[in-house]
Amino acid sequence: MTEAPLIQLSDLVRTYRMGDVEVQALRGVSLTIAQGEFTAVMGASGSGKSTLMNVLGCLDRPTSGRYLLDGQEVSTFGTEKLAEIRNRTIGFVFQSFNLLARTSALENVELPLLYAGVPAAGRHARAAEALARVGLADRLEHMPNQMSGGQQQRVAIARALVTQPRVILADEPTGNLDSRTSVDVMALFQELGRSGITVVLVTHEPDIAQYASRVVVMRDGLVKSDTRREPRRAEPGPAEDGPLAEVIP
Amino acid sequence: MSWLQTLRVALRALQRNKLRSFLTTLGIVIGVSAVIAMVAIGDGAKARVEASFAAMGSNMLIVVPGTSTAGGAHGGHGSMPTLTWDDLKAIQAEIPTVRYAAPQLRSVAQVLSEDQNWTTQVLGTTPEYFAIRTWEAEHGALLTQTDVDGGTKSAVIGLTVAEKLFGPSANPVGQIIRVKNVPFTVVGVLTKKGQSQFGQDYDDTVVVPVSTFRQKIQGGLGNYIAGSIMVSAVSSEATQRTERQVRALLRDRHRLQPGADDDFSIRNLAEIANASQEGTRTLTTLLAAIAAVSLLVGGIGIMNIMLVSVTERTREIGLRMAVGAKPGDIRLQFLVEALVLAVAGGLIGVTLGLGAARWLASSFGWQVLYRPDVIIIAVGFSGLVGVGFGFYPAHRASRLDPITALRFE
Repeated sequence: MTEAPLIQLSDLVRTYRMGDVEVQALRGVSLTIAQGEFTAVMGASGSGKSTLMNVLGCLDRPTSGRYLLDGQEVSTFGTEKLAEIRNRTIGFVFQSFNLLARTSALENVELPLLYAGVPAAGRHARAAEALARVGLADRLEHMPNQMSGGQQQRVAIARALVTQPRVILADEPTGNLDSRTSVDVMALFQELGRSGITVVLVTHEPDIAQYASRVVVMRDGLVKSDTRREPRRAEPGPAEDGPLAEVIP
Repeated sequence: MSWLQTLRVALRALQRNKLRSFLTTLGIVIGVSAVIAMVAIGDGAKARVEASFAAMGSNMLIVVPGTSTAGGAHGGHGSMPTLTWDDLKAIQAEIPTVRYAAPQLRSVAQVLSEDQNWTTQVLGTTPEYFAIRTWEAEHGALLTQTDVDGGTKSAVIGLTVAEKLFGPSANPVGQIIRVKNVPFTVVGVLTKKGQSQFGQDYDDTVVVPVSTFRQKIQGGLGNYIAGSIMVSAVSSEATQRTERQVRALLRDRHRLQPGADDDFSIRNLAEIANASQEGTRTLTTLLAAIAAVSLLVGGIGIMNIMLVSVTERTREIGLRMAVGAKPGDIRLQFLVEALVLAVAGGLIGVTLGLGAARWLASSFGWQVLYRPDVIIIAVGFSGLVGVGFGFYPAHRASRLDPITALRFE
């Protein structure tokens, strides 16, 4: 490979202090993820996978070790700089969608552009485009409570996409969805991977992990296994129009 | 994020909780409307006092002759004539800060028109009197020096007298009135001055030339003035100096030894006016201070609700941070929300305050005065309250850890 990897972690350690006890959530993780790879991070709770996601997402800083993201040594960045990285390079998808209530799909997707300082006209166009890409071109003005869980998660994915990030980090994105909708969402992620966006997915469901081209298993703050394999292809089902799926406010 | 965007986000957040936003601003609304109404009423009262003193005369001193003591009974001020016509001339000529000086001889008499009669005070004076009292003619003309020199039987009458003798809205110029059986021609009617602070009707008076007064109405006292001298100083600042100089001049002219009592007394109306204004000013300050305290309470209300709002929206804050909001963006957003609440409260308060003042003015007949500077200060101050009390909640929001905030339930 001539191209430098998009994500390069070397000997990453993250220690928390809880009272007098020191908890080592990451004990020296080294991991390299190339551009366009679709990686699933698995592990039991307490294995350090959430901490790894926080560090990858520039929400948290490692206690020691190096984190190269897109050629930048982000482990030394300050709060402001990290906010910029999160805005430009990373897109987040959460288990509970985290859409703003009583705010239209379009405006929810516009949110990252607001902080990027994109003028209004450009914001609307790009947000509409991102929503079209996730198949919600006809739901621009819908409020989150008027949409099913799967639709809400697709709005959240559009929000993650809208800044044209290098990486999308998804933290249990199917945790609140039924299995049919989960497959739709995974199909969307696979499609993003094919278009060159790097996707890192945290999940504890092996069913979901099998759609990734690489599975990293964490245990006790270390990478236990790292396997590449042919992913299972997610076949999107018919558009869901049934009763609303579970909606988390 | 631009200011306009921040403002829009803030407005939207406040819209989501309309009732709560309204209740939060209520403290500021009440505070500001109280300030506006109180100051309008206070200033109205002050203006009224000022107007009533202005009606008395501008920068006026009254020199009253001294007391007589007969058989151990003190006669009170003015009971013994000590001021001479030469004293009057000397005051006019020798004191540079005196603009006008006029004698004031006074008698109460019955005045007759053709078919009516009215008992009123008759004044004998010189044309300077009108300048001192800043009094002008509504109809006809004022007395002139020629009237005084020639001892003409001309009279200028107040509006009340004109109404009593000739009926309302009549123009009595050229008519004849009789004072102590002496016929006077009415040459002018004075403009309305209204009542003094103590209820005396300024317009209930007849003014005649001092020379005629001495010849026909009340016998003279030779060289002595059987009344008082009115003096007007060049400015209100000069009244005290003028008072000192008049006193020194008269003591010198009356050959009073050092240590001897004055045989006259000087009343400084400007001083009384100032003291009275000081009183209303203190009152206004006090009222404004009480109102300012209620503004402060309103500010605490805003802080309280902003803290609740930050807690409620912890996840939203976490999300905004995750998608790229910097701590400064978050802080600004909550600050602007507090500012919008406070300024909106301020503007509503101004409207209500002006309305309340107008209502008080119309239903209780109080005079009110609107001051634009107070309105600007009140709105500005409420904005300041918003920023001041909004800062801590906003700062707290900006310091949230995005990871904790995102997981907050």
